[in-house]
Amino acid sequence: MALQSLDVKARSATTTASPSGRQTAEVAKLIDISKCIGCKACQVACMEWNDLRDQIGHNVGVYDNPADLTAQSWTVMRYAEVELQPGKLEWLIRKDGCMHCAEPGCLKACPAPGAIVQYSNGIVDFHEENCIGCGYCITGCPFNIPRISKKDGKVYKCTLCSDRVAVGMEPACAKTCPTGAIVFGAKEDMIHHADERIADLKERGYANAGLYDPAGVGGTHVMYVLQHADQPELYRGLPKDPSISPLVGLWKGVAKPLASLALGVAVLAGFFHYVTAGPNEVKEKETEK
Amino acid sequence: MSNETNLVQRHGVKERLNHWLVAIAFVLLALSGLALFHPAFFFLTNLFGGGTWSRILHPFIGVIMFVSALALYMKFRDDNRITDADREWGRRLGSILANRTSGLPEAGKYNYAQKLLFWTLAFALPALLVTGIVIWQPYFAPGFPIWLVRLAVLVHALAAFIAILAIIVHVYAAIWTPGSLRAMMRGTVTAAWARHHHPAWYRDISKGGK
Repeated sequence: MALQSLDVKARSATTTASPSGRQTAEVAKLIDISKCIGCKACQVACMEWNDLRDQIGHNVGVYDNPADLTAQSWTVMRYAEVELQPGKLEWLIRKDGCMHCAEPGCLKACPAPGAIVQYSNGIVDFHEENCIGCGYCITGCPFNIPRISKKDGKVYKCTLCSDRVAVGMEPACAKTCPTGAIVFGAKEDMIHHADERIADLKERGYANAGLYDPAGVGGTHVMYVLQHADQPELYRGLPKDPSISPLVGLWKGVAKPLASLALGVAVLAGFFHYVTAGPNEVKEKETEK
Repeated sequence: MSNETNLVQRHGVKERLNHWLVAIAFVLLALSGLALFHPAFFFLTNLFGGGTWSRILHPFIGVIMFVSALALYMKFRDDNRITDADREWGRRLGSILANRTSGLPEAGKYNYAQKLLFWTLAFALPALLVTGIVIWQPYFAPGFPIWLVRLAVLVHALAAFIAILAIIVHVYAAIWTPGSLRAMMRGTVTAAWARHHHPAWYRDISKGGK
């Protein structure tokens, strides 16, 4: 939330530079799916640190609980049972939540100045006091993450514990993970750590193990180690090549400045026409006719 | 009818009230819509009590505009059918803009440009209504698939751009043509005005015994 920050990289709906007097190292959370046991301690830690209490839901017959992200549940475990080779069942459990894209679609789509902020460390944070509840961020997000609260009409999502990170702590989920499946640090170090994990997985027969840091959104500050990096869709629909929708790109890219300019030119053209051609008056002679 | 102070009725009181209801709603919608379109216009949200209020009010005003515009459409439709004479009038737009109006094909109650405005809005407003419902938070948007919301938000912006551009031209045309504002405010124009700008219409109403 809103701490005074001097390390802002981008702000929504803002055309001037952001306060960027301080530079911070890029951080990342690395989620190693091969190490995840699906205990949901991260969900609990997220609730505790952020003081979130979702409504008690219903058991829908699967482990997913709550069944989806909500304004009060910023991270959920998504369980997938896949059988890539007959007889060899794999339980792929992905901790879903904001990916903290380097090129965030939510920020691009947001019309409210300063409602979405990207810090130089890579964290994309919502400042709900500036949010107007239009839901444009939802159209911008390639990962289907932001959720509008029914209570206050503001949008919420994972903050990557920006408040903890700002004072040198790791996110609550990483702090609590009992197997070390969630680690946090400088993005460079996390990539290095992932490389070691991937080498290990490859040795153990996962030939397609790899890092999920999709280039289509400029890379992310939440990354996954996947056993099957060639098929991210296996992990409950993790998009293979996510990018901001071209419709949103057109709308918030070319259309926004060009249309605004055209309207201004139209007004000016009218004014200048009046100055040069003058009014379309009824001639004297005609009135006397 | 030889006196220039001789007035003829152009728009009845119902038409005028209806027109201005649409116009007021349109201005409010354009201001609040532009505010959320480009950051340069965000300050306009102050007119509506802030960003959140702009977001809340905009769609409701939109529904009011659509309903009142539909009523106006029914009233104006018959006088806005495009004829061959209109198309010829359109080809002379260059000289019309230069205020050289002699020998023009005679315009009826509405000239070609006015009719184009009418039909532009007749298509843009339903498009704005439909796409507006698809992106309406929090009531309807959550019920639509995300690809449709993304498409709707773009079409909404495009249709709004066309409509606002058309209205800029419309407002300017009213300023450019003295006497036309009176036609919509008081409902009357001078006989000379009618004869000059809408000769075919003037002939019709003269024949009608007025």
